[in-house]
Amino acid sequence: MTMNDLDALESQSVYILREAFNRLDKIAMLWSIGKDSNVMLWLARKAFFGHVPFPVVHVDTHHKIPEMIEFRDRVAKEWSLPLIIGENAAALAAGVGPHQGRVECCTALKTDGLKQVLAAHGFTGVIAGIRRDEEGTRAKERVFSPRTEEAGWDFKDQPPEFWDQFKTDFAPGTHLRIHPLLAWTEIDVWRYIQRESIPVVDIYFAKNGRRYRSLGCAPCTGSVASTASTVAEIIEELETTRVSERSGRAQDQESEDAFERLRAGGYM
Amino acid sequence: MSTTASPMKIVVVGHVDHGKSTLVGRVLHETGALPEGKVEYVKDVCDKRGMPFEWAFVMDALQAERDQGITIDTAQIRFRTEARPYVIIDAPGHKEFLKNMISGAASAEAAVLVIDAHEGVQEQSRRHGYLLHLLGLRQIAVAVNKMDLVDFGEARFEEVKAEIVAYLNSIGVQPTHVIPVAARGGANIATNAAETPWYTGPSVLGALDGFAPSKPANDLALRLPVQDVYKFDERRIIAGRIESGRLKVGDTLVFAPTGKSARIASIESWGGDRVAAVAAGAGQSVGITLDEQIFVERGQIASLAEDGPSLSHTLKARLFWLGREALKVGNRYKLKLATAEHVVEVTAIERVIDVEDLANHQGAEVGRNAVAEVLFRAKTPIAYDSFIANPRLGRFVLVENYDIVGGGVIAEVEGERLDHKSANITVVHHKVDAEGRALANGHRGGVVWLTGLSGAGKSTISMEVERQLFLKGWQVTVLDGDNVRHGLCSDLGFSPEDRAENIRRVGETAHLFAEAGMLVITAFISPYRSDRDRVRGIRPDAFHEVHVATTLEECERRDPKGLYRKARGGGIVEFTGITAPYEPPLVPELSLPTDGRSVDESVAELLRYIERTFALSTREQAVGWGL
Repeated sequence: MTMNDLDALESQSVYILREAFNRLDKIAMLWSIGKDSNVMLWLARKAFFGHVPFPVVHVDTHHKIPEMIEFRDRVAKEWSLPLIIGENAAALAAGVGPHQGRVECCTALKTDGLKQVLAAHGFTGVIAGIRRDEEGTRAKERVFSPRTEEAGWDFKDQPPEFWDQFKTDFAPGTHLRIHPLLAWTEIDVWRYIQRESIPVVDIYFAKNGRRYRSLGCAPCTGSVASTASTVAEIIEELETTRVSERSGRAQDQESEDAFERLRAGGYM
Repeated sequence: MSTTASPMKIVVVGHVDHGKSTLVGRVLHETGALPEGKVEYVKDVCDKRGMPFEWAFVMDALQAERDQGITIDTAQIRFRTEARPYVIIDAPGHKEFLKNMISGAASAEAAVLVIDAHEGVQEQSRRHGYLLHLLGLRQIAVAVNKMDLVDFGEARFEEVKAEIVAYLNSIGVQPTHVIPVAARGGANIATNAAETPWYTGPSVLGALDGFAPSKPANDLALRLPVQDVYKFDERRIIAGRIESGRLKVGDTLVFAPTGKSARIASIESWGGDRVAAVAAGAGQSVGITLDEQIFVERGQIASLAEDGPSLSHTLKARLFWLGREALKVGNRYKLKLATAEHVVEVTAIERVIDVEDLANHQGAEVGRNAVAEVLFRAKTPIAYDSFIANPRLGRFVLVENYDIVGGGVIAEVEGERLDHKSANITVVHHKVDAEGRALANGHRGGVVWLTGLSGAGKSTISMEVERQLFLKGWQVTVLDGDNVRHGLCSDLGFSPEDRAENIRRVGETAHLFAEAGMLVITAFISPYRSDRDRVRGIRPDAFHEVHVATTLEECERRDPKGLYRKARGGGIVEFTGITAPYEPPLVPELSLPTDGRSVDESVAELLRYIERTFALSTREQAVGWGL
């Protein structure tokens, strides 16, 4: 009965998911198709004994790497997921893309695409698989993180959060982001994938000396040099690397505060 | 080093600008935890702004913070020493951001308090130290930073050290180390610095590696707050996280406050082909089914029948207040304790504590960022433990409108811990509290429970200890086995059941005396461990088990009442040590081996223990604080 670190992380995430399901009216889980959101989906099935009792939302920018879409459709079918696919139709019709500026493209196709699907279904809370160790601004997140109606994030005035007592009371119109994986690290995620045999898109595994470490849209997501072609090899690689996980994500590097501006506007 | 240890959570606190972020940035650098390019990036930013290299920028990842020059929120960053992995929480020192510091510090296992060698101990140094203590943190190392600004002078270091140690001691904290540090240059961060040859203690990393990891609460009584009840399929699953203790299939759970009970039929799980669990322990999020469909809902707390939580309509708590509006007598708040929610009204503000000088003030209200002792009354009975007995069920937050506006830890209250059978009884509070009694008597109340074989010397020792304490002016009495059997327990025999009831009555009586402020010494064979543990459970912090560990051979040799001879001759059925078992304590507070020792020696040893444990120090009596 002694718990190791993965048991402790799993138990904490399950607790958070159950809190979200109990305390909030209408919630959905964001599924980016990346490794983290696959783990999150797996944890939901653990928390609810094989069921996923809320919709799973994927925001399609139509710029995603093709393997990701193929994986999404296959797994959604196998796991009988209540999948909702959202998109910013107007922006797509207007031909928005990274050529107009990466931050602008992300804001239109991801953030606004998300806002539209949330509004269309009346969701008051979304569960997202961000982690504190990914990036400085995410390190400051709360597990239950309120957003204004416009999805704005006021990182200077966040609610207190301690002793696992989360903010679950809100003024009408408040939206909530719930972050069950906040305490996990990249290597925890891979070790858990290994332990539980959770499926992931195979572009995470190295081919011809390169692999993807973080997945996003094809134009803005670069691969990293790597020979890790199995989960075990990825874990071994991460134990020694000092290259940051999002180094392949071009939108973060536009300026000193690009990612912070993205997040303040509602980006995950 | 195994990668399966959970990282130790460390919080770094201190007054604004005393160098917390710098210290953390330097620790990350020294342990090789910074991503490639981060140092170069920060150097670049600093160059662009025409300022010297700033370690704090590593932590202060946000643009806004770099502009303001202060940390806004708690960030969590990881590093690893040879000993183990760490998560370091960088907490802000700016007064306005106390809630963020609490958010960080509440989850920490140990803390580093940073103090500027030049400025010395400041308001937030004390406030943060006090709050760490209030949150239950006991492992605190002090880094006296910016030693380079005082030329690494030993005299100045000793001055600052004396000041902070005196303060921490006054609130009951013994810092593990006080380290002279220059975080900017790295002195005494990872290795001992040449600039401080007079300092012989560990570096900051050495001090961190010396902290003890927190233990899971498996050994406390079972507490399973109900989080939700699911009916996704034919199963009705009760979901929750075990906050303390253990459970197994077949255990009978009692749900507070209803007092309804049922047995665990199964522990449910999902995920592959692993064998179904039959037991679970503290920290695990579980789902269970019951053998009977009793009414269970979120907020109830499941426990094992013999050791349930306290149940009361009133609570006494020490709280920290974060609300914009002051807390006032008569105000109502939502109180969240584990998964339960109660509406409570503030019935009294007993004192407002100035964390600067620890002075008590009478106050009609508690302002933002203040600490106070407050009484609440709830409409519904609250199931809880005192923070000392079980931190996870002994703490709560308060909600006003939509916001968490404070947190508190529950004090022990006389007469708490109701039997479930009497769940409809509301505890009546005394107007005279334990602190008042202790101050009047000069010592705390408590139960010193002597256990051992017949003839071990329990009565002899306790009567002499009583006499000597009485001469010193103590409020003291002895409950003796033979004596209570003439009155309180004259209807009981010596079967295991009767022995258990005998001990239960004596235990309750002893604790009543203790609550009245007396030092109670009991002299009972009390052979069964479970009986003694039940007495301990009445008020664990007041109970001190003393094993009078005389061997059977020696007892039989002494045989003061001729009972062993009688038992050997078959004249007594169920005689402890001969025909009935004696279960010695596994971890007694004190063990008194008497073989080959005089009565006086044993008496002196027990007296030393009692005085050390129960007497109020001069300072405690003076300040009337810290009971």
